[in-house]
Amino acid sequence: MSFIQNKIDRIDKYLSDHPRVKFILPQALLLIFLFSIIGYFTFNASSNLAARGIDTGFSFLKNKASFDIQFSMIEFDSSMSYARAYLVGLLNTILVSAIGIVFATLLGFFFGILRLSKNPLASGLATVYIETLRNISLLLQIFFWYFTVLRLLPSADNSIILFDFVYANIKGIYIPRFVWTNLNYFIYGLIFTFVCVYIFNKYANNLREKTGKQLPKFLISLSLLFIIPFLIINIFNVELEFSYPKLDIQMGIANYIGGVSIIPELIALAFALSLYTSTFIAENVRAGILGIDKGQKEAAASIGLTNTQVLRLIVIPQALRIIIPPTTNQYLNLTKNSSLAAAIAYPDIVLVFAGTALMQTGRAIEIVTITMLTYLTLSISISIFMNWYNKKVALTER
Amino acid sequence: MKVLNYIRKRFFSSPIDAFLTLSIGYLIYLTIPPLINWTLIDATFSGNTKKDCVAGGACWVFVKMWFNRFLYGLYPNEEIWRINFAFSILIISIIVYRFLNPKFKKYLFIFLVLPFPILSLILFSGGLLGLPTVDTSEWGGLFLTLVISIFAIIFCFPIGVLLAMGRKSNLPVIKYFSIGFIEFWRGVPLITVLFMAGVMFPLLLPSGTNLDKLVRVIIAITLFEAAYMAEVIRGGLQAVGRGQYDASKAIGMGYWKSHIFIILPQALKLVIPGIANTFIALFKDTPLVFVVGLLEILGMVNLAKTNPYWLGMATEGYVFVAFVYWIFCFAMSRYSLSIEEKLKTTN
Repeated sequence: MSFIQNKIDRIDKYLSDHPRVKFILPQALLLIFLFSIIGYFTFNASSNLAARGIDTGFSFLKNKASFDIQFSMIEFDSSMSYARAYLVGLLNTILVSAIGIVFATLLGFFFGILRLSKNPLASGLATVYIETLRNISLLLQIFFWYFTVLRLLPSADNSIILFDFVYANIKGIYIPRFVWTNLNYFIYGLIFTFVCVYIFNKYANNLREKTGKQLPKFLISLSLLFIIPFLIINIFNVELEFSYPKLDIQMGIANYIGGVSIIPELIALAFALSLYTSTFIAENVRAGILGIDKGQKEAAASIGLTNTQVLRLIVIPQALRIIIPPTTNQYLNLTKNSSLAAAIAYPDIVLVFAGTALMQTGRAIEIVTITMLTYLTLSISISIFMNWYNKKVALTER
Repeated sequence: MKVLNYIRKRFFSSPIDAFLTLSIGYLIYLTIPPLINWTLIDATFSGNTKKDCVAGGACWVFVKMWFNRFLYGLYPNEEIWRINFAFSILIISIIVYRFLNPKFKKYLFIFLVLPFPILSLILFSGGLLGLPTVDTSEWGGLFLTLVISIFAIIFCFPIGVLLAMGRKSNLPVIKYFSIGFIEFWRGVPLITVLFMAGVMFPLLLPSGTNLDKLVRVIIAITLFEAAYMAEVIRGGLQAVGRGQYDASKAIGMGYWKSHIFIILPQALKLVIPGIANTFIALFKDTPLVFVVGLLEILGMVNLAKTNPYWLGMATEGYVFVAFVYWIFCFAMSRYSLSIEEKLKTTN
């Protein structure tokens, strides 16, 4: 041991005697190391690719994809390009992540609060839920939902029918499709409504700060939200019709056509992702609420706030401040975990692009790089958005 | 009367509470009895084939007959003693470690971290001392899960320490390299990293070299986990008081000496729970190696359920794997919690 100590001592002494070496040497070594590794890999890659007769570059993105994708939010068929296939995969990834984030947040808050309940039955249920689901591999949960639970659904000709318009069978869940007329006017109208509500709220806040007069903000906002769209619907003739899924039997094979079909892969994946992530969010929520000093609640009660006011004005804003940063991390994890879709063949970016497209073109380097950069961009954009939101709710010390 | 009062206070203190109690009670009534029926009462435990399962409940015969495959993969039956031998040594050393005096603890620890993994790798792959070679393509099951996660955590630890120190360094190249490295790996999902290991690594190596698939996977997972490890260790480095840095500088210690003998020992002790959590996350992520065609325990179940003699056994297999994962992860998380509690009281 003393031998090692001596050596380290001598290195340290040498470095402190030669500050220039201390500054330049490690950095130069790192740079040399990096460049030689990159050079080595590039050299190998180019000679390997040349030997196999694969050319490089991103021109393949324009080529015809000639494969079909089972589920896509935009139009796609096999005559379209790889770039279009990439876009389909990306949109599917975003779709399942968005669904997962919404449900994980709702479930997470529900179970996080339930775990703090004084009722032993309620807190016990929440504890079992959290400790079971978070300690089981996510991939296993996806398989479980997909191969075991959803396989229990009946075949197409005797589907489960909910409320007369939702049909569930082993091929997926079918819901009516919205058919709009003059949808664009309606959307402009909605945007206009939100702007109005925003301006009104600003005005009301200003008024309160200047004169102390309280306007019934919530009521007026709500009525604005109803009245303006109602007017627009009537003036511009906006209409909504439903196209219901219909049972169609061709050559003895039953199938539903029309309507929107939600494939079982999406359901299984969304289920597993939201349940798994909700356990982590629940723990964050619990920590956030426990992290608030009891004195805060007591002080709020002593100045005469009601119970709901204490919760809404004192507890929740402070708890959010503790909850948001770790929850952002969970959103990022959920987005990255959605790549497990490939295991059950949900056509997300990994399956469509890093799977099928890679097999067809053999462009391993380009495709893996694009896929990784896509996820990096997604991760960075979520974290930028959440940092902005975090800054908004963060403590402003004056 | 006391009991009634207690029940009223804990379960029915408000209308919402009463509603919760009743609905959860109903939920338990709906789910628990069928679950117990399926797993225990109606289940079949004895027999050798699927035909023996007639009771209508779970068919644990499936798990029984495939048990060795789930644990050891396709490892030849007559060589399984090697795996058992190595893991028994590991478990015995961990138990002994608790009761050893601190002087020997150090040596046992060094043995476990350095020579032991190498020796056990030699033992597993064979080819020496008259042991027949077992190709890594035959490794699988829980054994493979443990090999991948243990080796990845051992390798990623030193890299993580260096990256964490690099991120706090005041040399710009080293600092920005560390930040870039950490943020890159933390920003991409493990599955794309494994794709990289599967299809991109071979292109980056000289043609003709054939790096083993398992080695490629372990390298990829090591790089990936090193980034997470670095963030955990950075937390520890930041938690060590500024005074420690100043004091070690004041008695004339240089950068490396102060880090190795003063800062890191304290920082690492603080982050043991964080390291345990990283290990749990890594352990739960190992099933993803299916993308390169390696079959760990979940992969073996997926293989077994497609066996024509055992169709329709997916649920039993998944429940078994879930149970194994749960035991490992829950035990580790409790262990890390207990360390956390212990650290809280001593500091």
